[in-house]
Amino acid sequence: MKILVCIKQVPGSSNVEVDPVTGVLKRDGVKSKMNPYDLYALEMGLSLAEQYGGSVETITMGPPQAKSVIMEAICMGAQGGTVLSDRKFAGADVLATAYTISQGLKKIGDFDLVICGKQTTDGDTAQVGAEVSEFLGISNVANVLSVDNVTDKDISVTASLDDKVVKMNVKLPCLISVDGDINSPRLPSYKVKQTVTDDMVKFLSFDDFEDKNPDNYGLSGSATQVERIFPPEKNTEKHSISGTPEEQTAELFNLITSRKLI
Amino acid sequence: MYSKVTNDDIKALAKIVGEENVLFGDEISSDYAHDELGGIEKMPEILVRVNSTEEISSVMKLAWERTIPVTVRGSGTGLVGSAVAVEGGILLETTKMNKILELDKDNLTVTVQPGVLLMELAAFAEENDFLYPPDPGEKSATIGGNISTNAGGMRAVKYGVTRDYVRALTVVMPNGEILPLGGKVAKNSSGYSLKDLVVGSEGTLCIITEAVLKLVPLPKVSVSLLVPFSDMKSAIEAVPQIFRSKVTPTAIEYMSRDTILFSESYLGKRFPDTKNDAYILLTFDGNTDEQVEADMKVVADLCLEIGAIDAYIVDTDERKKAVWSARGAFLEAIKASTTEMDECDVVVPVNKVDEFIKFTHALAEEMNVRIPSFGHAGDGNLHVYICRDSLDEKAWEEVLEKCFDRMYDEAKKLGGLVSGEHGIGYAKKGFLKELYGDTPIAIMQGIKKVFDEKNILNPGKICF
Repeated sequence: MKILVCIKQVPGSSNVEVDPVTGVLKRDGVKSKMNPYDLYALEMGLSLAEQYGGSVETITMGPPQAKSVIMEAICMGAQGGTVLSDRKFAGADVLATAYTISQGLKKIGDFDLVICGKQTTDGDTAQVGAEVSEFLGISNVANVLSVDNVTDKDISVTASLDDKVVKMNVKLPCLISVDGDINSPRLPSYKVKQTVTDDMVKFLSFDDFEDKNPDNYGLSGSATQVERIFPPEKNTEKHSISGTPEEQTAELFNLITSRKLI
Repeated sequence: MYSKVTNDDIKALAKIVGEENVLFGDEISSDYAHDELGGIEKMPEILVRVNSTEEISSVMKLAWERTIPVTVRGSGTGLVGSAVAVEGGILLETTKMNKILELDKDNLTVTVQPGVLLMELAAFAEENDFLYPPDPGEKSATIGGNISTNAGGMRAVKYGVTRDYVRALTVVMPNGEILPLGGKVAKNSSGYSLKDLVVGSEGTLCIITEAVLKLVPLPKVSVSLLVPFSDMKSAIEAVPQIFRSKVTPTAIEYMSRDTILFSESYLGKRFPDTKNDAYILLTFDGNTDEQVEADMKVVADLCLEIGAIDAYIVDTDERKKAVWSARGAFLEAIKASTTEMDECDVVVPVNKVDEFIKFTHALAEEMNVRIPSFGHAGDGNLHVYICRDSLDEKAWEEVLEKCFDRMYDEAKKLGGLVSGEHGIGYAKKGFLKELYGDTPIAIMQGIKKVFDEKNILNPGKICF
């Protein structure tokens, strides 16, 4: 099975400041890391390849330095990866990003399974995966908790809906977005890091794509515009439970189950 | 010889600290009869929650006059019964004295009350771009408790232990006198260091009511390496070689696959790698990526050269959390894996760690009992747990006694000591006596007498 995992480089800290005048994230001097949600996607891809046989490639879109996130994925066990990088891609919203990635995927070749993380920690939209599948004309399942079986033709998945868990069979090729915390992502190997070479990372730009209409990419290909960026509010919600031990236990149980913590 | 707490005492104490802060009889939760592991249970006659140095002083004046024993307690997270009122009397709880009083950026110190929790101090320091280096696993312990046991923790390899960070203390003597010890100074050759004597005295000499602690600038970069080995011997043998490479990691912990699996089942969370039998976990910190990476590279290359299977990089917050939260849960995880357990917090020279662990494996086999362990390979402080599992009471007591005797005996042979960081308290005083012999214990008893002639402060601990 040929698996492709979509990954993104995001700011390495959750304490990124927003410029109060321009509303743009201050990225200078802020280290980058792989989007934490993508770690679960990559781990799932690597585990499936180990279990059912196959290969894991990765793809990302970003400036040339996004290469390091592909190298990190290789250190975790991926065979290689591609960076989609071009000035024309800059300023893309979810739609233009998804379109660019779908063009990149078409160029790279056929895949049986594309895996995305649930969302990114810098954009938080959780839309790119679904939109990529739409552009590629393949099935999509979001909030996947596990892939339970794989055959030549389809995969069986368990996915979380708000109030229920569903199991379904999906024809290959397809795209799944996996939920957070579904596995324990493996760590990058120092041993592999010593063997990673530049040629394991490929670059694709606008000129390599089938669709050469610049209006479909970057800012001009975006259907939405960012009006304002602001740091997320910190959640300091506290909930006190009172009553008899029985009442407290029941309320705590309801709280935990309603939030699907157990 | 001690007086019992009377109704008049209760009234007098309520006058000092307020009625709401005095609990007696059934009002006292049974949690106050024990700590986390000490193997001793005793309810205090009265629980007094104090709010200030002056209140403590007044309580002690009363206790001194009436010869009532007083035991100080923080969060109750100790492991050797130090905070258990073995003679009854007053249990004096300091958790309400939980204010961070001052951050002195010129002298790099923070002044705290004793009830501040370690996790609160660590977070406060970090928010202000400082590091309070002592890092014991139990983050909900109070600073007063940490100072009283001279707690160590995982960063001791590079930064040392709690005693190295205590600049000054305000203490209340058993007779109620308030004394400043030490000062906000970097050097001190002014006579016997009473401040250092109080650190690690487990509440037997005086009561710590305020502490000035040293901070260091927060290192900008910190990366860990999880290094798998095929067996524990190879893992532990790597440690002295790492020291010889002249790189000083912040922490070097060892852990076996078994212990990691306990932690997985306790936390309900998978560890990133459980394929191998033994691991060492190292941390490197510094101010630049280049420096930290260079240190990490030296150690990673060395480990691979001497037989490590790989070296996994733990570089982001998510990865650090996945690995270190498991490490932080080891004690509770082993506790949850058995019916009852007791621990040996022995410390041996770093190059004898392997020998000691091998000894515990052989002992486990010989006694037919589970003895899992983990600990600080980088400073020789091991946490070895004897698990009761299905043994009946009599067999358990016999096994425990034999195992402890043999382990402390072995530690002595290897040049080690009874406790690296958990203290002596009630549970380990017999082993301390055994290991030190008569004269050091007599000196300790003499010191105790000078501080506390009436022996009312935390009686029955350490050397009595």
